[in-house]
Amino acid sequence: MSWLMVNGQSVVLNGEKSVLDVVRKAGIDLPTLCYHPELTIHGACRLCMVEIEGRGIVAACHTPPEAGMVISTNSAVLRRLRKMALELLLSRHDRECTSCSRSGHCSLQDLSYRFGITDLRFKQEHDKQLPIDRSSIILRDPNKCILCGECVRICGEIQGIGVYDFVHRGAKMVVDTAFGQHLAETDCVHCGQCAAICPTGALVIKPQINEAWAALNDPTKTVIIQIAPAVRVSIGEEFNLPPGQSTMGQLISALRSMGASKVFDTSFAADITVLEETKEFFQRVESGENMPQFTSCCPAWVKYAEQSYPEYLSHLSSCRSPQQMLGSLVKKHYAKELGKKPEELFMISIMPCTAKKFEASREEFTTSGVPDVDLVITTQELAHMIKEAGIDFASLPTTPPDQPFGFVTGAGVIFGVTGGVSEAVLRLGYELITEQELEDVVFSEVRGYSGLRSCELTIKDRTLRLAVVNGLANAKTLLEDLKSGKAQYDLVEVMACPGGCIGGAGQPITNVNRQVRHERGAGLYLDDKAGPVQKSQQNPAVLEVYQKWLKEPGSAEAHEALHTTYRERDARCKITQPLPGKV
Amino acid sequence: MNTVTEIVESTAVDPNFIASVLREMGTESAALIPILQAIQERYRYLPEEALVEISRALGLSMATVYGVATFYAQFSLEPKGKYVIKVCDGTACHVRGSLPVYDAIRRKVNLVDGRSTTEDKLYTVETVSCLGACGLAPVVTINDKVYGQMTAEAIRLIIDTLEQEGITDD
Repeated sequence: MSWLMVNGQSVVLNGEKSVLDVVRKAGIDLPTLCYHPELTIHGACRLCMVEIEGRGIVAACHTPPEAGMVISTNSAVLRRLRKMALELLLSRHDRECTSCSRSGHCSLQDLSYRFGITDLRFKQEHDKQLPIDRSSIILRDPNKCILCGECVRICGEIQGIGVYDFVHRGAKMVVDTAFGQHLAETDCVHCGQCAAICPTGALVIKPQINEAWAALNDPTKTVIIQIAPAVRVSIGEEFNLPPGQSTMGQLISALRSMGASKVFDTSFAADITVLEETKEFFQRVESGENMPQFTSCCPAWVKYAEQSYPEYLSHLSSCRSPQQMLGSLVKKHYAKELGKKPEELFMISIMPCTAKKFEASREEFTTSGVPDVDLVITTQELAHMIKEAGIDFASLPTTPPDQPFGFVTGAGVIFGVTGGVSEAVLRLGYELITEQELEDVVFSEVRGYSGLRSCELTIKDRTLRLAVVNGLANAKTLLEDLKSGKAQYDLVEVMACPGGCIGGAGQPITNVNRQVRHERGAGLYLDDKAGPVQKSQQNPAVLEVYQKWLKEPGSAEAHEALHTTYRERDARCKITQPLPGKV
Repeated sequence: MNTVTEIVESTAVDPNFIASVLREMGTESAALIPILQAIQERYRYLPEEALVEISRALGLSMATVYGVATFYAQFSLEPKGKYVIKVCDGTACHVRGSLPVYDAIRRKVNLVDGRSTTEDKLYTVETVSCLGACGLAPVVTINDKVYGQMTAEAIRLIIDTLEQEGITDD
C-alpha cells in the first residue's frame, strides 16, 4: 500500500490520477477554476498550486501523485501566489456583479470572497470593452471570460462540436468562434453545456423571465404551462431540498399562485410520443426502410443531425418532441375546446433544456401563424421567479396537474433520464410483439449513465439491437460506426446532455456534478415506480385524446399534429430549403 | 503595371490547389501548419473558404483552425499587398532609428488609421521583432529582399524605384 503526506497527514493512494484528487480526498478543498473531472486537464488557472518537497511549487491538477510525496497546500507563499493569481484574473474581469445573471453562482465571485480580496491592486482597463454576442439563446460576454477553457473543452470533448477555441495570442488571447462569427451562425446546437460549466458570467442563457411575467400579468392572455419530466427532480435544489426529490405538486401550486390558468405535464406528451414512435418503429421494421430509427426528442441532437449528418435525417423518427406535441395539441385542438383562438393562449414550457428555447422558435412549429410554444423558461429561471415572488417553495402544498393533459405514466416521466425513451418504447414494444401483458416493466439493459451503451434484447422470436447515447461526441462515434458497417442497430436513443435531460443546461448549476445528476435520475425512476400506471399505452387520458382528436397512432390526424420533417443545413448552419407546402 | 487586377484574380480560391496541397501534406492534424503555410504562400493570406475546406478535410473544428491561424504572426487573415514591407523593430534597429523609417514608409504609401495594407492592395507595412541582421540595423525587408542601414530618405527612394520598375529579382 503506497501513501503520501498532505499537510503532515498520511493519505493512502488508491489510483487517483492527480495530486489534486489526493488532496481533495484528504478533505482539503483546493480551489480550481479550470478543472473538471469529466474533461481533460488544462492547468491554466494556477489556483490549485501546492508545494511538493524537492520539486517546488506545481499545479496539483496535472501532477500525478507518487508514493512518498510530501505535499503542503497552505504555506504563506502558496496563499500569496493564489491570491495574486485571483487578483490578476479579476483585473481582466468585468466585475459588475450586481447586474450579472451568474451572481450568486459564480466561482470567481466565491473564490474572491473566500480569499478575502477586498481591494484590487491591478486596475481594470475599462476602455477596452469587447462587444457582447446576443445573437443566440446563449449570450457571450468576453469581458467576463477568464480563459479557463472549460467551454472549449466541453463543446469539443463531450459534444464533439468545438464551436469555440482560443484565438489570437498573449494578452490579446480570447475564447472565440471561428472568424468571430455570431453564435447563431455557427454549428452551436444550443445545448448550453458551455454556459452550465462556465465558472463566471461569460456564457449565460438568455434570460426570458420578464417575458414570462408579462404574459402572466396580461389579463387578455390565458397562460398555459407545461412542465418537463426532469424539472420536478431538480428545482428543489434551489430551495435547499436534496437533488432527486420530486416536487411536481409544489411546482404546480407555485405556478398557479403566480397566475397560470392551466398547468400540464409534458410527460403526458411523452406518453403520446411512445405510442407514435413505437408505431413508426414497427412500420420501419416491417418495411426495412430507414433503419435504424433514431429518437427525435432532443432538439440539440436534431440540429446536430441536420448540420453534420444530413444523410441520416430520414432515420430520425418524424415525431416532434414532447414539448412541441403538447404545444401543438393545445393550440390546434384544446383551444377550440376552450372556445379560444390559438393567439389568445400563451404557452410557457418549463424545461431543463436551453435548446428547447431554440426548438420553440422553429418555423415548422406553429398553428395559424402562432407559435405552438410561446416561451420556454428553464428550471433555473423558474426558481428565480419563485424566489422573486417570495414564495416559500418547500412548504407549499401539493396540487395535481390539470386535465386533459395531466395524467401521466411512469414511462413518460423517465423520458428525463438517458435510456428512458428506450425503456418506455420497450414497455409498449414488448406487448406488441408478444401480445401478452408485460409484468416486470424494468429494462435494466438500457439504464445507466455511460455515454454510449448498447444491448441486444430477444423478445419472443425477435431480436432488437438498441443503442443509448448521451453526449453528441458519442453520437458521432456511433454514426461513424454505422457508416463503416462496424455496428448495426435497430433503435438508437440520442440525448445531447450528459445523463439526458436531468443534466440539461437549464437545470440548477450543480448540474456539472455527476453525483447530483445520478440522484436526479434515481428520483425519476422512483416517481415511475410510485405512480399508478407505468406503461404509456395504459394512460387513460392519452387514449381519450386519441378518441377525441387523433383517431389512432400514425393516423393522418396524428401526423398533422404530432409529426414533423427535417431539412439539411448549409455551411453557415442555415436551413435553405423551404418547408414542405410552404414554397 | 496591372498589379491590382492580378491580385483580385488570385484571391478566388482554387479548389484544385487546395486538393493538391492536401494530397502532398496529408490530412493528419499535425499537417495543419504546413498546409496553412502553403496556402499563405500562394495567396499571401489565408482565405476563409480555404480554412473551411481544410477544417473539413482534417476533421478539426473551424474554431481550432482559426485559433492556429490567429496564433502565429506569420499568418494573415486579410489579403496582403503586393509588396510586404517589414521594418525590424528589434532592440538594435529600434536604437538606430527604425521607427522614423517606419513612419516615413507609412506616410510615403499613404497608410492612415492604423491600417497595415493600402487600399489598392499594393503595400503592406508591418513591424517585426528581429530579423537577425542586427549588424545592418535598421533593417527593412521588401518581399524578403533585405535593405540594411535604412534611413527615411533611403527608403523613400527605394519605394520610388519600386513604383517605376517593380522589385528587381521578383
